[in-house]
Amino acid sequence: MGKYEPVIGLEIHAELKTESKIFCPSSARFGGEPNTYICPVCLGLPGVLPVLNKKVVEYAVMAALALNCEIARFCKFDRKNYYYPDLPKNYQISQYDLPLAQYGFLEIDTENGRKRIGITRIHIEEDAGKLLHQGTVTTTPYSLVDYNRTGVPLLEIVSEPDMRSPEEARAYAEKLRSIIQFTGISDCKMEEGSLRVDANVSVRPLGSKELGVKTEIKNVNSFRALVRALEYEIERQVAILKDGGRIVQETRTWDEGKGVTLPLRSKEEAHDYRYFPEPDLPPLVITKEWVEEVYRGLPELPDARRERYVREYGLPAYDAGVLTASREVGDYFEACLRLYPQPKTVSNWVMGELARLLNATNTEIADSPVKPEQLADLLRLIDKGVVSGKIAKTVFEEVFRTGKDPQAVVKEQGLVQITDEAALKTIIDEVIAANPKVVADYREGKEKALGFLIGQVMKSTKGKANPAIVNRLLKEGIENKEI
Amino acid sequence: MDLCRMPAHELGRLLRERKVSALELTDAVFSRIDAVEDKVKAYLLLLREEARSQARAVDAALAAKEELPPLAGVPLAVKDNLCMTGVETTCASKILKGFVPPYDATVIERLKEQRVVFTGKTNMDEFAMGSSTENSGFYPTANPWDLKRVPGGSSGGSAAAVAAGEAVTAIGSDTGGSIRLPAAFCGVVGLKPTYGRVSRYGLVAFASSLDQIGPITRDVRDCALLLNAIAGHDPRDSTSAPQEVPDYTEFLVPEIKGFRIGIPKEYVAEGIAPAVRDVLAEAVHLLTRMGAVVEETSLPHVSYSLPAYYLIAPAEASSNLARYDGVRYGLRVEGEDVVTMYKKTRSRGFGAEVKRRIMLGTYALSAGYYDAYYLKALKVRTLIRRDFDAAFERFDMLLSPTSPTPPFRIGEKVDDPLAMYLTDICTLAVSLAGVPGLSIPAGFAGHLPVGIQLIGPPFTEGKLLRVAYAFEQEAGITAKRPVL
Repeated sequence: MGKYEPVIGLEIHAELKTESKIFCPSSARFGGEPNTYICPVCLGLPGVLPVLNKKVVEYAVMAALALNCEIARFCKFDRKNYYYPDLPKNYQISQYDLPLAQYGFLEIDTENGRKRIGITRIHIEEDAGKLLHQGTVTTTPYSLVDYNRTGVPLLEIVSEPDMRSPEEARAYAEKLRSIIQFTGISDCKMEEGSLRVDANVSVRPLGSKELGVKTEIKNVNSFRALVRALEYEIERQVAILKDGGRIVQETRTWDEGKGVTLPLRSKEEAHDYRYFPEPDLPPLVITKEWVEEVYRGLPELPDARRERYVREYGLPAYDAGVLTASREVGDYFEACLRLYPQPKTVSNWVMGELARLLNATNTEIADSPVKPEQLADLLRLIDKGVVSGKIAKTVFEEVFRTGKDPQAVVKEQGLVQITDEAALKTIIDEVIAANPKVVADYREGKEKALGFLIGQVMKSTKGKANPAIVNRLLKEGIENKEI
Repeated sequence: MDLCRMPAHELGRLLRERKVSALELTDAVFSRIDAVEDKVKAYLLLLREEARSQARAVDAALAAKEELPPLAGVPLAVKDNLCMTGVETTCASKILKGFVPPYDATVIERLKEQRVVFTGKTNMDEFAMGSSTENSGFYPTANPWDLKRVPGGSSGGSAAAVAAGEAVTAIGSDTGGSIRLPAAFCGVVGLKPTYGRVSRYGLVAFASSLDQIGPITRDVRDCALLLNAIAGHDPRDSTSAPQEVPDYTEFLVPEIKGFRIGIPKEYVAEGIAPAVRDVLAEAVHLLTRMGAVVEETSLPHVSYSLPAYYLIAPAEASSNLARYDGVRYGLRVEGEDVVTMYKKTRSRGFGAEVKRRIMLGTYALSAGYYDAYYLKALKVRTLIRRDFDAAFERFDMLLSPTSPTPPFRIGEKVDDPLAMYLTDICTLAVSLAGVPGLSIPAGFAGHLPVGIQLIGPPFTEGKLLRVAYAFEQEAGITAKRPVL
């Protein structure tokens, strides 16, 4: 496929985490019993009018600032007209030609270093409801509508077609999610639909400056699916071009099960949304003062935090990157650090044991059963020689499983490290006596033999022996025997 | 003492002096309804029992010497495009048959605070689209002055009810003349307030940038009282204005010396019936005699009002009426899939005029036509607004006929939409400019009432009411009532 290069742009929708919906006082929370977070306004009953939620604008400004956008002093709302049963007014209040923000960017790390991806625009709009089908949409005898999500505020963030590989697209989407999460304005959970990604992709001969005919891919429900869908679509388009065919401009849907993209609707079938200015809402004026106020309240963003971790904590760039990939991980790390100020040690544990167990149990770090205080306590137990590093991992697992404090686990399971030299000496003498051949090997200079002997001591102490003491006593024991 | 002919402010006084009870008044109005409604057909729905219990509650409060608002206990009719909790609201459309709103429009909420007695929901052109109430999805309303003629529209039911004694006051809505025209045709007072003066929350939208709710009353004082009750900012309507609401009755002094009144020559040009011209000339004569300075002026772009209006209003309507799809309320005609259901429901539910405007508006907003039609119309609207701004630099207010003709015969214009649209030629520009327009009875063409329209700068309703009041006192026209 060396002759072609893909050109990718992403349209990302993020649900804003406001208390109430964008145009009415109904709750904007996720889930809930169907049709319980509703009122006449979000139901679009005859006669109702929208009133803009100020918090939505504040959050959108926050995102725009975090993404280096220019914020419009004057923007307006428009109606996007189309019929669908999850859209009670049969139009969506959105922004068309005067969006809230434009001309932004974010930076991603690629094989060839940092790359800037342009952000064309950010606008605010209302979400639609959810249809529930029995089976599939085409075979269901009837559909049910849940309007809880109707009117939940959405941010639409459109990138420039600046990405040149599925990996770059993934890096952009992940970075965007991370930045948005850092600002705290959205949960950005793809599985709950609070982050949705649509991809525009075309291919062109390498070196060409012209854009090829693009397709839009919808129904991409994870970052992994994004990469797979793009890989498939790029391959499909290249194959068509190599065969001398032409790409049809259309919207396609990603079939996760089959691993293919399928046509959804062609350009000819595309909706004419008949956008026009929303007459029920006056234009939105965002003052410089307001923007400055929001700017002052903006939290530290991923790149700044990463740099700080390297600069202040002396962490390797890799560690800093991992720890700042999400706000929650960084917050956890810093909470530990306040109680146990050894950055690299904490980093190793957070990236190592904690990450492993969180992954294995599919747990969010915010819900981690091991609290930062407990991890700090455990690290202090190691420092004091109460447990060995190895035993500490066992203790950590137990704390993760039960939520009990490390001290309690150590005590209950008798995991206190054995530092009593007399007791250890007895065991070591037994090990030396029982393994004459290994002892002989060691004497002949086979350093590895010592490791085996240490292992034997550990085995009979159930891992609780202090390794440094064992090491010293073993060597002494073998030498003494020689004399 | 004919309770059904008196204005609200007099009835209010009788109620407070306990010379008549609210229940007696309500019963008198319903007796009148029983007597004439068969001929007039002003109502779509009567709230007889509810009205009687509201009246009893007012009587109890009066007996307990409670201080009550001026319109308490006075029977009022509501146009059927305002939402009222628990009361079917159809906009005279089959598509909304059976729709019972779970909430009150802000205006209804404010009228409930006034403790008015609600008589019922009045007939109208379907979704307020029309000038004669013949476009009602259910039945036409007759003009109480001549049952063979139309009451005007779209608030024809409200105006006819007030004129016929079937309600003391009424609420209407006006998008291009829908309060002023029926007021003129029925010989009553009708005010379209400044856009933003009255909250639209709960008014079923026709054209959002033009719709305004306003009073229809027997005289100018009632109009001021009802405007007092309904005007003011509403946090639920982002287009409602934050301006303070004065007590409009304080403007009612019969003194207009030095008022500068302009007559736009475009509104006395061809197409205006001689009888209407005569009434206007007499009115000018009277106003001059009272000390006003009346001069001819010009609004150069108002001749484009009709095309501009018939692009903007249908464009907004095509979107506002999209929600009537059979999914959740009102009519549903089943189909094999959701799109077929939409099509069947809307085909059967909407009347011809509504369909015409939905198509017109959809076309005007379509890709490739937007700039040539909708956007151009918006530009024309700006020019019209500037015409008014310029005129108001020279004049306190403008004066015109409300309608180019007296009430026409039922059926006369139903097959000629353009002729019907021309009925609103004097009122459309006022709506496009967003300024207030007040229609008051000014005389007769034979047995038929003729109205004139006072037009002021934004938020000068008080001034308009003052001139109207002075004129009314001097002309003494409102004393005349139709015989049914």
